[in-house]
Amino acid sequence: METAPKPGKDVPPKKDKLQTKRKKPREWKNPESQRGLSGAQDPFPGPAPVPVEVVQKFCRIDKSRKLPHSKAKTRSRLEVAEAEEEETSIKAARSEQLLAEEPGFLEGEDGEDTAKICQADIVEAVDIASAAKHFDLNLRQFGPYRLNYSRTGRHLAFGGRRGHVAALDWVTKKLMCEINVMEAVRDIRFLHSEALLAVAQNRWLHIYDNQGIELHCIRRCDRVTRLEFLPFHFLLATASETGFLTYLDVSVGKIVAALNARAGRLDVMSQNPYNAVIHLGHSNGTVSLWSPAMKEPLAKILCHRGGVRAVAVDSTGTYMATSGLDHQLKIFDLRGTYQPLSTRTLPHGAGHLAFSQRGLLVAGMGDVVNIWAGQGKASPPSLEQPYLTHRLSGPVHGLQFCPFEDVLGVGHTGGITSMLVPGAGEPNFDGLESNPYRSRKQRQEWEVKALLEKVPAELICLDPRALAEVDVISLEQGKKEQIERLGYDPQAKAPFQPKPKQKGRSSTASLVKRKRKVMDEEHRDKVRQSLQQQHHKEAKAKPTGARPSALDRFVR
Amino acid sequence: MTANRLAESLLALSQQEELADLPKDYLLSESEDEGDNDGERKHQKLLEAISSLDGKNRRKLAERSEASLKVSEFNVSSEGSGEKLVLADLLEPVKTSSSLATVKKQLSRVKSKKTVELPLNKEEIERIHREVAFNKTAQVLSKWDPVVLKNRQAEQLVFPLEKEEPAIAPIEHVLSGWKARTPLEQEIFNLLHKNKQPVTDPLLTPVEKASLRAMSLEEAKMRRAELQRARALQSYYEAKARREKKIKSKKYHKVVKKGKAKKALKEFEQLRKVNPAAALEELEKIEKARMMERMSLKHQNSGKWAKSKAIMAKYDLEARQAMQEQLSKNKELTQKLQVASESEEEEGGTEDVEELLVPDVVNEVQMNADGPNPWMLRSCTSDTKEAATQEDPEQLPELEAHGVSESEGEERPVAEEEILLREFEERRSLRKRSELSQDAEPAGSQETKDSGSQEVLSELRVLSQKLKENHQSRKQKASSEGTIPQVQREEPAPEEEEPLLLQRPERVQTLEELEELGKEECFQNKELPRPVLEGQQSERTPNNRPDAPKEKKKKEQMIDLQNLLTTQSPSVKSLAVPTIEELEDEEERNHRQMIKEAFAGDDVIRDFLKEKREAVEASKPKDVDLTLPGWGEWGGVGLKPSAKKRRRCPVVLLSRFLIKAPEGPPRKDKNLPNVIINEKRNIHAAAHQVRVLPYPFTHHWQFERTIQTPIGSTWNTQRAFQKLTTPKVVTKPGHIINPIKAEDVGYRSSSRSDLSVIQRNPKRITTRHKKQLKKCSVD
Repeated sequence: METAPKPGKDVPPKKDKLQTKRKKPREWKNPESQRGLSGAQDPFPGPAPVPVEVVQKFCRIDKSRKLPHSKAKTRSRLEVAEAEEEETSIKAARSEQLLAEEPGFLEGEDGEDTAKICQADIVEAVDIASAAKHFDLNLRQFGPYRLNYSRTGRHLAFGGRRGHVAALDWVTKKLMCEINVMEAVRDIRFLHSEALLAVAQNRWLHIYDNQGIELHCIRRCDRVTRLEFLPFHFLLATASETGFLTYLDVSVGKIVAALNARAGRLDVMSQNPYNAVIHLGHSNGTVSLWSPAMKEPLAKILCHRGGVRAVAVDSTGTYMATSGLDHQLKIFDLRGTYQPLSTRTLPHGAGHLAFSQRGLLVAGMGDVVNIWAGQGKASPPSLEQPYLTHRLSGPVHGLQFCPFEDVLGVGHTGGITSMLVPGAGEPNFDGLESNPYRSRKQRQEWEVKALLEKVPAELICLDPRALAEVDVISLEQGKKEQIERLGYDPQAKAPFQPKPKQKGRSSTASLVKRKRKVMDEEHRDKVRQSLQQQHHKEAKAKPTGARPSALDRFVR
Repeated sequence: MTANRLAESLLALSQQEELADLPKDYLLSESEDEGDNDGERKHQKLLEAISSLDGKNRRKLAERSEASLKVSEFNVSSEGSGEKLVLADLLEPVKTSSSLATVKKQLSRVKSKKTVELPLNKEEIERIHREVAFNKTAQVLSKWDPVVLKNRQAEQLVFPLEKEEPAIAPIEHVLSGWKARTPLEQEIFNLLHKNKQPVTDPLLTPVEKASLRAMSLEEAKMRRAELQRARALQSYYEAKARREKKIKSKKYHKVVKKGKAKKALKEFEQLRKVNPAAALEELEKIEKARMMERMSLKHQNSGKWAKSKAIMAKYDLEARQAMQEQLSKNKELTQKLQVASESEEEEGGTEDVEELLVPDVVNEVQMNADGPNPWMLRSCTSDTKEAATQEDPEQLPELEAHGVSESEGEERPVAEEEILLREFEERRSLRKRSELSQDAEPAGSQETKDSGSQEVLSELRVLSQKLKENHQSRKQKASSEGTIPQVQREEPAPEEEEPLLLQRPERVQTLEELEELGKEECFQNKELPRPVLEGQQSERTPNNRPDAPKEKKKKEQMIDLQNLLTTQSPSVKSLAVPTIEELEDEEERNHRQMIKEAFAGDDVIRDFLKEKREAVEASKPKDVDLTLPGWGEWGGVGLKPSAKKRRRCPVVLLSRFLIKAPEGPPRKDKNLPNVIINEKRNIHAAAHQVRVLPYPFTHHWQFERTIQTPIGSTWNTQRAFQKLTTPKVVTKPGHIINPIKAEDVGYRSSSRSDLSVIQRNPKRITTRHKKQLKKCSVD
């Protein structure tokens, strides 16, 4: 899904400002008139200026593409569309100034490595409320834990390998439910709200409510190893040992698609939050990208020589981090090229990866977690120097950054650890979309709205913007059919008909001559075009790199 | 048509004959002997009539050819007068009498009265009526065009159209009728009064009020008249200019040109006195013109005219002169303005005076008349060099060295030294000049010269170092043994101080060489990680950014899968190393070994490439094979179609049995060896896409542009969302929506009424329409 215009933490430089083009700053003829009753003068007349870059961020019309010549009527429509875009983007940019919260950060004293700062130091430095967010749950009895935060970042669910399932409001530490399902728990995930909980158990997939009551047992999803929930499509994607990727629509309880990945056991899965594509990691070193609408993967990327151990995609859908059995950690560019941007060899390889909302990357290696940070929000994390490291009491089994909080939750054999990672979470939340402080009533209302705005599953594709394009193939097909039906092309240019002329110049011979002339001209145009195309092809075929120029003789 | 005409003429002929016969009878009675003659005359007449049929002299009057020389009192003859006898002449007495005036008047009246034309037939009348009515209606309706257009393009239409003006009284009116009653109000007003704040001040100033009122008629008229006058003047001026432009006289143009030149010169002189800075700019312009002249082939005696003159010149003195003139003109135009140098030469001794006379600006202007032009720069530097030699002869040895280097300058390797030297010279001369300008005393200048020479020495040292380094680096390049980092280290040093312009070509060269080096390295040891190498390159050339992507594109096809996956990435040095590893280091090594062994068998890359090849094959459009086994040859189990049928080389056969599929667009993953992108169309998503272009759009890109901005509240602010989703038409419930009236849009209502008349009874036509009809019929 495309993200809402709310984010954007980078504080814009105040230097170059953009004024709305349409509305000129009002010019007042005499200074008296802009005084109020009291005679005070507005020191900043006109609308507030908006920085250009911020506006640019919200502009969505791709102006690089040159349009063919258009009629006046069409042009007016295009102009209206462009004016609308500009106005809305300016409005969005202006509203962004209201997002006052700034992300947290961690800075070492000059020369000090931030990775050396341990949790105890951070806890000591921050305020009490933040310090309370760092805690450890010692649950050694029920084995390594998987965990999941709800979309609002308020609730935490975790399930131990030996059947322990619990959900709690982790901020107030209020326990919602705690049960033992008496079966191995592979994965656990909240559905669209914190009231529903999907648990991948040894045989089947079960759904519980926040009281711990079992609501459903979905037997069509068996031996599920990993779960992912696509919030805008209300789809629960399950990857199973049998090699099937199953999409379950939780709003109607129907299985939308069951896709056979044909790559053996599936136990590496993550979703791309930008376009809701599921990434699966396979033992032959490839990562495949899936959509419920297609039986085959949308794309397959060869990432590692060994099997893929973990995959994570960042919130903008631009970067994918993978780690493999060859002990390498790679960051791929997902914008069409799928090439690795940076590669690092880790001493023990990373078993778990996760991206935070602001683009921090965490890797769990054995009983250590390493966190890398990038330059800003839209940049890939640089793997040169870890931002933070932490050692846990047992090997890591599950990782997730808490949304809208600077907190990283780690599930391991010794229980759950909640770490403080400054700058991880998005500081400004959209109160209508995912409000951490919402009441029950608000949640119910949101639920109805979200269901009304549910995106159909078949719309999932690699480039969601492509949906706003005209289906050219059907368009052309329709045109062809129309021509067949009518027997002529209604849009074809009418053949040239010479105008009758006066004074005896309209003889048949001259008419024919004129017709001939126009025809020849058209023909010449065609030939010219085809020649040009040929030239282009030739130029493309052999790039003229080392061709000497006549001016080279002057080069000293 | 012609037949008709023929009949008419024949008819006329017969009438004439009748007329002619009338007097003939008399003649007959008189002289019988002329009968013979008469027959001959008749024949002549017929011949004439026939000959007149060809059209030219059809109108010629019938000639009376009877003998009329004999004047008799019984016969009237107009022979000789050449005039037609008019009825009035008969009536007219020899001397005019008043009694006949009335008769004459009556006669003229009778004559002036035309016969009433036949009425047009019904269809024609109706057609004319229709035409007139259509024209009228179209004219009346065309007035609505802008209104309709505006309404069609309007973002929102609100019905009913007539709006009640919200009666907002100005605040001062409200204030005047209002009095402070409560103690709080009174207190506030007291305060306001005390501070002399305006309380009942008119909030609208008279100016604003005036502007609010519409522009008065007189004003509008005056404005219109003014505009008209301006337009007329402009057109006069244009006409004059056009006329003057058309003048072909060479002399005239020569005179005009001369006059212009004179005027410009005069202006320049004046400008020089008044505003020297502007004059300098002018000078610069002249300089530019000179450059243009030098660049062009004008006045070089190479044109068509000049060549022809050259042939003539041998014999014709005038032609020779003309050529000479042309050449002299060229010389004049290309001659450099010697303002500065001349004055320098004149007053070489007294430098301070010279400095006063010729500001530094002049020299500078000449120097950077055209900044980015390397040829210009070169010449400038040489100029400055010359100037330097004039200034101080003590640097002769230096210059000699320079001269030597110049002589060697033809050879490539030394070119760089030359550049450096020249640059050095330039800088020094510049510094000299600034120093000279700084201190006016000649005594002080000696000291500065000393210090300057010291600086020269130090600079020379630096220069020699640079040269040495350059040599070294070149050697390395030549042998191509140097590794990349070395070159990297070496390169920036000589480049750092060179001016950008001189630096560029050199830079590019080194880059290319560096690339080659890199390639060689790559070939030597394949383990060298490609992306890393690229990163290094990009790091090294941060200012050559635009080059980098091109380079990358060029090499994209050469991305090697092997390289991609087998790169030895730098390993992370983590502070906290996983405990297991620390404890069991050996075991870890064993584990790694195990993994290597485990993956030795299955070659991931080969598998993937195979899979990709299969996918590419599967997605290719397939040829249609039309061979029918057993058709025209033996058939049966195990028999294959003959080779002739299977053969695909000749064009004819190919078209008969094998229809080749058109080649599809290139695959998206053509240049990405590690990726397989599915090219299949997502038909489920396509069902949701737009498949028909809406009306005014002719290309799908146009339409796409209008739907690219999302309109949902998820992506927009509340205000923007509301604005984007406003309804096109808003109606007020419970109100009647009347059709639009002329008054609603500011027209007078009369036009509408007469339109309605026409529409209601098109048969009845008003007098005005009748007039128009008449005009139409006349036309």
